[in-house]
Amino acid sequence: MARILSILVGLFFTLALAWSFANGAYTQITQPPAVTAEHEFHLAPKEVHFASDGPFGKFDKQQLQRGFQIYKEVCSACHSLSHVAFRDLSQLGYTEGQVKAIAAGFQVPGVDPNTGEANMRPGMPTDYFPKPFANDIAARAANNNAIPPDLSLMTKARHDGPAYVYSLLTGFRSQEGFRNAKGQEILKEFPDAKTPNGLHFNPYFANLNLAMAPPLTSTGQVEYGPGNPKPTVDQMAKDVSAFLIWTAEPKLEKRKQTGLAVVLFLIFATVLGYMAYRNVWANQKH
Amino acid sequence: MSFPWAKEYQPASPLTKWVDERLPLPRLIYNALGAGYPVPRNLNYFWNFGILAGLCLVLQIVTGVVMAMHYAANTAVAFDTVEMTVRDVNWGWMMRYAHANGASAFFVVIYLHIFRGFYYGSYKAPREMVWLLGVVIFLLMMATAFMGYVLPWGQMSFWGAKVITGLFGAIPFVGEPLQQWLLGGFAPDNAALNRFFSLHYLLPFVIAGVVILHIWALHIPGSSNPTGVEVKTESDTVPFYPYFVAKDGWAVGLFAVLFSIMLFYFPNQLGHPDNYIPANPMSTPAHIVPEWYFWPFYAILRAFTSDFFFISAKLMGVMAMFGAILVWFFLPWLDKSPVRSSNYRPLYRKFFWFGLVPTMLVLFYCGGAPAAEPYVMLSQLAALYYFAHFLIVIPIVSAIEKPLPLPYSITESVLGNDEGAQLRPGHGATEAVHADAAVNPPLQGA
Repeated sequence: MARILSILVGLFFTLALAWSFANGAYTQITQPPAVTAEHEFHLAPKEVHFASDGPFGKFDKQQLQRGFQIYKEVCSACHSLSHVAFRDLSQLGYTEGQVKAIAAGFQVPGVDPNTGEANMRPGMPTDYFPKPFANDIAARAANNNAIPPDLSLMTKARHDGPAYVYSLLTGFRSQEGFRNAKGQEILKEFPDAKTPNGLHFNPYFANLNLAMAPPLTSTGQVEYGPGNPKPTVDQMAKDVSAFLIWTAEPKLEKRKQTGLAVVLFLIFATVLGYMAYRNVWANQKH
Repeated sequence: MSFPWAKEYQPASPLTKWVDERLPLPRLIYNALGAGYPVPRNLNYFWNFGILAGLCLVLQIVTGVVMAMHYAANTAVAFDTVEMTVRDVNWGWMMRYAHANGASAFFVVIYLHIFRGFYYGSYKAPREMVWLLGVVIFLLMMATAFMGYVLPWGQMSFWGAKVITGLFGAIPFVGEPLQQWLLGGFAPDNAALNRFFSLHYLLPFVIAGVVILHIWALHIPGSSNPTGVEVKTESDTVPFYPYFVAKDGWAVGLFAVLFSIMLFYFPNQLGHPDNYIPANPMSTPAHIVPEWYFWPFYAILRAFTSDFFFISAKLMGVMAMFGAILVWFFLPWLDKSPVRSSNYRPLYRKFFWFGLVPTMLVLFYCGGAPAAEPYVMLSQLAALYYFAHFLIVIPIVSAIEKPLPLPYSITESVLGNDEGAQLRPGHGATEAVHADAAVNPPLQGA
């Protein structure tokens, strides 16, 4: 009796699934889903390497400082960095005095000590990076109805984040004549996919059209100090990606170093444990 | 419980004697994890996952309690407090990654533990209660993990909560009011976040309680073993201490090595990048996917795409998703075969390796893939076999199958002969004994 009941319940679910499958297969054959421009022309991030990659990876502080300079002089006009405080910059190798000077170069919201009214004051190391827009509405109004996302966690908030940021920054190009690996030309295959006015074509962006205009456009757009590489677009994109790896994961170096000690110790302990196990069981068949 | 040959606890000093007479806690430990617990000598490494699961629970509670010290369950700041923990709290990054990856490790261990139970028939008499309590623990774990994933209030937290609580809306008549009552509102918001936090803190201790019952129930008949033949004589067992303490000890070490590699070198590998974006009710992620350990059940949920007679596809999916786990409660009674271990079940073993195992792998894969073809059709076929396996294949196979001969005893299976075998019916030293008598001898001891 129980067996019959269970088989009936089993048939109920399997038939319902077979019915769903049959319907799905029928739709698949009669109305195959249309291929989209995103599917055909979206590109996976480029291959790029950073000093912080790998189990022994460490930040290149010189590069992080250059990346910070890009953020400060280019990105910060639109993008916030809300999880990073000025005091954190000491990790990039800046002295206490330099951190204070950098902080003071930013205006942060404050309170007038005499009147109690809201005002702006120079930043201090304990302050966080100020937001470029007062709120989302202001951000939208200034950016063609798009909100520039916060950058603190950007390299962890996208698949293959660091390479994504680098590819996006160097991936702007003319949509006219853009071909994919199959040799198809986007505007010939998908005339409707023409980038709307005010947006910018970028095959590394999920839907190919990005509200952000190319932010890094020419060599020397930012002036690097002596002893640094030439500020080409490619170099600047790499540097700011490296900086954003740090902002997303400031404890990366410590994590990898701690991990090395922990894993080595545990392997040692496990080998001892295995030998103890062999020893205890030496005379027992099992 | 115990076998008559189990060693008895002997207090070594006047102090332990004094304690033992008033609160025999050391005696309890001795009988549960010490020399007082005789264990089948032939256990293989699949029997290590119980201890590892216990270890994971402790790890989650310890790291979770520390995380809770720095967390605030408020939609305005929840995301920021987690980031603050990672950035500014001493070793906060390690606690956070250990807790997030610890959940994954817990599920890896539990899935292997359940796999052991399926393959070796651990759910069969007299261990049904152990199995039932285990399924309860699994359900509690899923609820706890789901609510824990909501707490950081990232994009996947929010949208995952919205999708899963939305399932209750599929229940006829009471669905919508029930959903609103569960959430404390029309959509996941501060009320939901607060209650999820409260329950996420509570449930692990409920799990710990059920784990104690699970172990208690286990110690009545004692551990099962790879042959599925019950313990008969002292030579079938070795005391838990030192033998299995040593074996579990090095297994714990190996687990810790693998877990540390994950934690320190690939801490975000199993998470979804979207959860590093703060929750935004106005922006739906391209693909809403739960954590990997829910994928098989998520695939079953999404496999129902057509209404079935008068039942909506959504309701079918919800029933099937819960039914896929609830069916495990009936397993001891669906599988009537007297033989436990699939090693001695030639027909069932084929269905197990070529049916259930690939089905689970396909469901795992499809649950994490976008809801598009061919993944939906694949998960439909896999889900179809999943239900057929438990509700049709198992009852029929267990009725018609002719099992292989079982070894007379654990000792015989290990040594190839058994002095105790002379006691057995027929006296013939090598002829094997069949099914019932070998598998279900009267319980020894009490």
